[in-house]
Amino acid sequence: MRHNIALRLTVNGEAAEASVAPYKTLLEVLREDLGLTGTKHGCELGECGACTVLVDGEPQLSCLVLALECEERSVQTIEGLARGPELHPLQAAFTDFGGSQCGYCTPGVIMTAKALLDRNPSPSAQEIKEATAGNLCRCTGYNQIVEAIEDAAAKLRAEAK
Amino acid sequence: MLRLPWFEHRAPRSVAEAAKILAGEGPRAMLIAGGTDLLPNMKRRHQAPQVLISVRKIENLKAVSNGTFGSAVTLNEVVQNPETPTALRQAAVQVATPHLRNMGTLGGNLCLDTRCNYYNQTYEWRKAIDFCLKKDGQICWVATASKRCVAVSSTDTAPALIALKAKIKLVSAKGEREIPVEALYQNDGIDYLSRAPDEILTEVSVPSDWKSTYWKLRRRGSFDFPILGVAAALRFNSANEIEEARIALGAVASRPFLVEKAGEFLKGKRLTDEVIAEAAVLVANRAKPMDNTDMDLYWRKEVADDFAGYALRELRGDDLRETRLKISRQVLAA
Amino acid sequence: MKKRLDVIGKSRRRVDGRAKVTGALRYADDLSMPRMLHAKLLRSPHPHAVIKEINTEKARKHPGVHLVLTGKDFPIPFGIMPVSVDEFPLAPERVRYVGDPLAAVIAKDEQTAVEALGLIEAQYEILKPIESPQQGLLNPEPRIHDYGEQGNIHRNQSYEFGDIEESLRNSDLVFEDLFFYEGNTHLPMEQQASLAFLDQDGKLQISSSTQNPHYLHRQLARVLQIPEARIRVVATPNGGAFGGKCDPGGHEFVVSKAALILGRPVKIGLTREEVFYVHRGRHPVLMKMKTGVTKDGKLTGMHLQTLLDGGGYGSHGPASTFYTGVLTPVTYHYPRFKFDACRVFTNKPACGPKRGHGTPQPRFGQEVQLDKIAEKLGIDPAELRLKNLVKENSLTASWLRVGSIGLEECIRKVTEMSGWKEKRGKLPRGRGVGLACSTYMCGAGVAIYWNKLPHSGVQILLDRSGTVIVYCGATEIGQGSDDVLAAIAAETLGVDTSVVRVVTGDTGITPVDLGSYSSRVTIMAGNAAVQAAERLRASVAGAVSETLGTLPDRVVFSQGKVYAAEDPARAMSFVEAVAIAEAALGTLSAVGSYSPPKAPGRYKGAGVGPSPAYSFSACIVETEVDERTGWIHVPKIWIAHDIGRALNPVLARGQVIGGVYMGLGEALMEEQSFRRLPEKLSGALVHRAPSMLDYKSLTSLDMPDVEVALIEDPDPNCPYGAKEVGQGPLLPVMPAVANAIYDAVGVRIDEIPITPDKVLKALEQKDKRVGPASFPSVPYPKPTFVLPPWEGGDGNEEKRDAKAAVV
Repeated sequence: MRHNIALRLTVNGEAAEASVAPYKTLLEVLREDLGLTGTKHGCELGECGACTVLVDGEPQLSCLVLALECEERSVQTIEGLARGPELHPLQAAFTDFGGSQCGYCTPGVIMTAKALLDRNPSPSAQEIKEATAGNLCRCTGYNQIVEAIEDAAAKLRAEAK
Repeated sequence: MLRLPWFEHRAPRSVAEAAKILAGEGPRAMLIAGGTDLLPNMKRRHQAPQVLISVRKIENLKAVSNGTFGSAVTLNEVVQNPETPTALRQAAVQVATPHLRNMGTLGGNLCLDTRCNYYNQTYEWRKAIDFCLKKDGQICWVATASKRCVAVSSTDTAPALIALKAKIKLVSAKGEREIPVEALYQNDGIDYLSRAPDEILTEVSVPSDWKSTYWKLRRRGSFDFPILGVAAALRFNSANEIEEARIALGAVASRPFLVEKAGEFLKGKRLTDEVIAEAAVLVANRAKPMDNTDMDLYWRKEVADDFAGYALRELRGDDLRETRLKISRQVLAA
Repeated sequence: MKKRLDVIGKSRRRVDGRAKVTGALRYADDLSMPRMLHAKLLRSPHPHAVIKEINTEKARKHPGVHLVLTGKDFPIPFGIMPVSVDEFPLAPERVRYVGDPLAAVIAKDEQTAVEALGLIEAQYEILKPIESPQQGLLNPEPRIHDYGEQGNIHRNQSYEFGDIEESLRNSDLVFEDLFFYEGNTHLPMEQQASLAFLDQDGKLQISSSTQNPHYLHRQLARVLQIPEARIRVVATPNGGAFGGKCDPGGHEFVVSKAALILGRPVKIGLTREEVFYVHRGRHPVLMKMKTGVTKDGKLTGMHLQTLLDGGGYGSHGPASTFYTGVLTPVTYHYPRFKFDACRVFTNKPACGPKRGHGTPQPRFGQEVQLDKIAEKLGIDPAELRLKNLVKENSLTASWLRVGSIGLEECIRKVTEMSGWKEKRGKLPRGRGVGLACSTYMCGAGVAIYWNKLPHSGVQILLDRSGTVIVYCGATEIGQGSDDVLAAIAAETLGVDTSVVRVVTGDTGITPVDLGSYSSRVTIMAGNAAVQAAERLRASVAGAVSETLGTLPDRVVFSQGKVYAAEDPARAMSFVEAVAIAEAALGTLSAVGSYSPPKAPGRYKGAGVGPSPAYSFSACIVETEVDERTGWIHVPKIWIAHDIGRALNPVLARGQVIGGVYMGLGEALMEEQSFRRLPEKLSGALVHRAPSMLDYKSLTSLDMPDVEVALIEDPDPNCPYGAKEVGQGPLLPVMPAVANAIYDAVGVRIDEIPITPDKVLKALEQKDKRVGPASFPSVPYPKPTFVLPPWEGGDGNEEKRDAKAAVV
C-alpha cells in the first residue's frame, strides 16, 4: 500500500512533475524533490511562517499543504521572483534596507509581501505589519522589513505608471 | 523536520461521495479541509488516520450566498465577504495568522480540536509525562482528580456564531440535519463535538439582523489561540431598549457556550454603565478557565468582566477603537 | 595612504545580501549529497535517570536502517570550556534532562529513522530530579555530576574589590533589592543541521550551522580521536544563532562518527523541539543587590550576589557565572565592589551564552535599582546616571580598563530624542517612560581555552584581475561579519566591495578566528583584516611609487584608483597597480592577526570581563498600562548606542533594532520555563513550551517603532574605530520597560518577564511590587580580595586576614 503518487503542478510558471509519497507536504516536495531549497522551514507546524509560498497567488504555509492537493495548481517560490538577473524590487529593498539579516525568514516574508503588493499597491505601515504578522523574524525587529516593503511598493508603483 | 505519517488520500467531488467514503471507511478516515489543525496534530501523532478525505474539490462547500457560508470557505474569504456580520468577521480575522486564514476554513475552525498545554505537544514530550487523558494516557494533568478531559475549546468563530444565533448543517450518507451552532458542542475535551463520526459539516447559516461584536484575548497580535473570547449580539427596539441579547464565551471551557443569564438580564434594559457592569459580572462568573493555556489562570478569570464590558460598551456605541487596537493590535479587527 | 573614507560609514548592500533574498544561500539543511543518509536522535523521556540497558537490535534490523549508535560508541566526553568537559555526544550511563540524547539511528530517510527510534528499548533507573537551584542547594544528593564545587554546585565564587562592608556602613543610604530573571532561549529561525562526509581524500568534513567552527574542530578531534588536520569544519551561514550555536552539539559528533563508519554522507536536521532541548540559553538568575549611595547621589559601592540555574551540563557556565557580575562596574563608578556567584546544576537543558551572555540579568537589577535610588533621592534618573559615569581611560574597582565611553552622549541624545524631561513623571496616569543604560564587551579578552595564539587571523589574496579575496575563520550568522571584512578590506585598499570575495568559517581554508561570539568579530577579525590589507597596500604602494613619481607612503588608494597624493592626475587603476606589484613582487598575499591587549587585572579570575573596548547604550521605553487589566502596550522605544563608528549604518541600525526587539521580547514574554508534574504521581520535569507557538516571541504587530541614534566617536583600539553593536543594545531594554511601567502606574515588577498578571497583582499588593521574596542561603566561598586601583592595589589578590563569607 505504500506507493508514491505522480504529481503535476506549476512551479514558478513552469510545469513540474514529481513522484511523491502521499505524506509529503509541499515544503518537502519543493525542497527535496524539486531542489528548490530557497523555501525554508522553522517549525513544520504552521507556527513561524518561514515556509511561506504563494499557492494560486495567496500566501500559504507549505509545511501544512499536502503536495497532492497542489495538483494542477500554481506555486510561486522565492526562486521565481527575480526578473532574470535583476532582483525584484522587493528583493532589492529587503537587502538594501536591512530587511534581511540572517536571511532565513526572508524568502517567506518576501513572498508574503509580494501577495500584499499584488492586491494593495500602497499599503500603510500598519497594513504591512498585519499582512506579515504570520512571519516570525528573530533578527530585524521588523522595522526594517516594513521600510523595505514600503520602498518596494513605491518602486513598483513607479514602474506601473 | 517533522513529517506526517503515511496515509491514503481521497479527493471526492461531491458531499454525497465524501459521505459515502466516510461511512465506508469508518473511524480510520478523517476529513481534511484547510489542514491547519489536522496536519500539525498528525505530525505530533495526536491523530493518525489511515485515510484522509479532502473536501477541497467539493465546489459547493466553497460557496457563499444569502448568509449561508459553505464550510470550506476560508477564513479570509469570510473576512472579505461584505455580508459577513461584524462579530464573525472580527472573530475570523483574529484567527492565527493571515497565512493560516488563507488555508483554514470556517468549518475547520468550528471543528477545531480542543487544546491543552499537556496535549498540544509532540509524541516524545507526551511520553515524558506518561501521556494524558485526552490521548494515550490515564490522567488529566490539569486536574488530576478529574474524570473528564478539560482541554479547551479554542475556536474564535464558534462563540461569534453562537451569539449570532447561527445554524449549521450536518450531512451523512443517511441524511442531513440542521442544528444551532451551540448544539454542536459538548463540554468534554475528548468528545467535544456532537457531530457523528460519519457526518460532514457542510454549511453555516448566519442571520444578519444583529448588532454584534467579538473580543479576543491572547498574548500576541497574531498566531495565538484565544485564551478568552467574548461575543455579543444585541437587537434593540425603537426605544433603544434591548429586545434580545446573546453573549457567548469561548476558550474558558471545553466548549463555547451561551451565557443565558446575561441575555435574560439584559432583555428590556438600556445599556447604562450599571447595567453593563452587572451583565459583565454575570458573564465573567461563567468563565472557568483552567491552567492549561497561555497566561496566568487567575488573571484570565479576573479580566473576563473587563472584556465583557468592552463588548457591551462597544455595542452601546462607545468609541473603543483605541482599546481594541491596543488589545488586538490589528486595525483589521476593528 | 588613505585620504577619506569611501566605503565605511555609508549604507551599502551587504555582500551576502543578494544570496539571501533570492533563496540561493545554502544553509546547512539545504545541502544534500548523493547517497546521503539521515540521522535522528533518541532522547531521554526522563529528567534524571541511569541508563540500565539499551537494546537496539530491533532498530538495527528495521528495513532501511544502516547504523545505530549509542553512548558506547563515544567513550570520550566534550565540553566547550576546558574546566567543564562533562558531556557525551550520546549519554553512556546517565541522562540529565528530558531531551538528553542517548542513541542515534542512521537510515535511508528521516521517516525510516523516526520509525526505528521507536524500536529502541531503553531501561532506566529513575533518580530524583533537581528542578531549581534552591532545591539543588538543599539536595547535594543525588549528584547530577560527580565534579564541581560540592553537591550539585557547579561553580561557586566570590570577589571583593575593597572592603565593601565598610563602604556600605559609611553610605548615607543603602538599598537592598532582590531580582529574578527567568531563563529564555535564542529561538533562531533556523533549526540546527549538519552534514558530514568523507572528502575525496578520505578526510572528515562537516558542514554545520555553528557559530564557532574552530572550537567544534578541536572538540571533534578530541571526541573522535583523529588529528585536527584530518577534519574540516565548514560553518554554513547560520539562520540566526544568538549564542545558541556556540557549543558543539551531540548531533554534530553523531553524523561525523556515522560518516566515518559508513563512508557515506550523513545528515541531521533538528526539529524545533530539539532546538529547545539543545538550548544553552539565558540562565535563570536570582539576584541580591546591596548598593550604597551618598545623599547627593554618588554611588559608594555594591555587593552583588547571584544564583544561577545551570541546567544539566556545564556548557559555558563557568564564564556565564562570571558574567552575572563582571560588567556591572563598567558603566558607573563604584569605589568598591563585591560579587558572589554560584551556579547550580539542575535536571533541565543546559544554559549557556545568549546575546548579552550573563549580563542582562544583573543589568536588569542594577538599572531598576538605580531608578529606585533616583526616586528616593529626588534626582532625575538620567542625572543620577550622569553623576556616576565611569571616566574615559580609567580602571574599575575590579581592574577592567575602560577606554572610550560614549555613555554620556548616549544619555543626552536619548533623553533629547524622546522628550524625557517633558514626559517623565508628567504623562497622564497609565502612561510612563523609563530609562536604562548598559555596556557590552567588544570581544572577550581571553580565549575559551588557554593559549598564547592570536584570536583572529585574516589572509588577503590579490591578483592581476583586481579581485581581493579575504579569508577568515569568522562565521556569518546574520550579523554581517562577512560584510565587515569586505568593507574593511575594500576601504583599506581603496576599492569597491564588489571586487572583494569573502571566504569565511572554513577550518580547511581560512585562518583561525575563534568564532562569532562575545561581539568579537568586528573588532578582532576587523583589526586582523586592517593589518593584512595595510601590508598589501604597502607592498603595492612600494611597487608603483616610482611609476607614479612619488614616495610609497604618498601613494593614495581610493575608489579603484591608485595615485600620487600631490598630483591625483598621476594615477593608474587599482588593477594596473596590482599587476605592476605582482610583476615586481610575485604572487600577492598578506596575513594579519590580532590578539587583545593584556588586561591589567592579575588576580585569578581576572580573565573574564576584559575587552579591547566597550560599547554603551542608553534606552528609553514608553509604556501605556491599563490599570484594570494590567495590559501593557509599548508604543515607542528610543535608543542611542555608542558604536565608535558605524561601518555600514544600515546594518548597524538593524543590529540595534534587532537587539531592542529581542530585549523587549525577554522583557514582556519570552520564557524557557519548566513544568514539574505532581511529585507523587509523576517524575516528569518537562519544558513547558518547546514550540514556536507556545514560546512567545514578538510578532510584527507586537513590535513598536524604534528610533535609533548611533553615537560615533571612533575607538582607537577598534578597526576604523568601530565597536560592537550585536549584543549591547539588547541590554538596557528590560530595565527600561520595568522603569517605564513604574512611571506609568507606580508598580515595581522586579522580575523578568513582566506580564499583565504581574502588573495587576502588584497594583493589588500593599507594597506595589512583584518580585522574589527571599534569597536562599548560599555557601559562597571566602572572597578573593583585591584592592581597587585607587586604594593602592596592584591588580593582584591581597592576602589578608580570613574574612568570613557573607551569606
